[in-house]
Amino acid sequence: MNPAPLFLGLAIFIALLIAVNFYRVLVGPTIFDRLLAVGLVGSNALLLIVLIGFLYERADMFLDLALTYAILNFIGVLALGKFLESRRGGNP
Amino acid sequence: MSVVVWIGLLGGAFFLLVSSIGVIRLPDFYSRSHASAKSETLGAMLVLGTLALYNGLELNSVKLLLVLVLVALTSPTGIHALARAALRSGLEIWTARRPREAVRTGEGRECSGS
Repeated sequence: MNPAPLFLGLAIFIALLIAVNFYRVLVGPTIFDRLLAVGLVGSNALLLIVLIGFLYERADMFLDLALTYAILNFIGVLALGKFLESRRGGNP
Repeated sequence: MSVVVWIGLLGGAFFLLVSSIGVIRLPDFYSRSHASAKSETLGAMLVLGTLALYNGLELNSVKLLLVLVLVALTSPTGIHALARAALRSGLEIWTARRPREAVRTGEGRECSGS
């Protein structure tokens, strides 16, 4: 069994999950919910980048992109969390 | 070998789906961060580890394992920092015994009766 159609199906599935997670980004009652969902979208997009690399058989380039994306996602969530920590009134 | 790839990728897809359902359906930020941190990390690790196993012994597998270790270290750390920031900035914790709070935030109405 060649797992290439499985890669395509998993890529489409992860794209649908990203679309579903944008509901929480748009609706989320507090800023922390939105930030959590943005982190989740970033983590799913990393997997999507790796799967696209395997589908196009350019995995070496796309893996470097995925590594950069993981680091940037972490730094973005951490910096925004640190910025919001000093602000009062997280309740909606 | 192919069976292992199928099982790993389908397991990863299952945990990613569980994580997304948790983020959509759970009533407040702290339980959502619980769903997001653990299930998402496990699903991403399963998918990346299975792809490294499928790729064989190359440089790409080393890069995939590097991404796996980075995701496993940074994803729970970022969400922990976010939850600590929420707690310090005074975000209240949802409980089923305080339906007034649930009504005020407009969340978890369907869960407060159970």
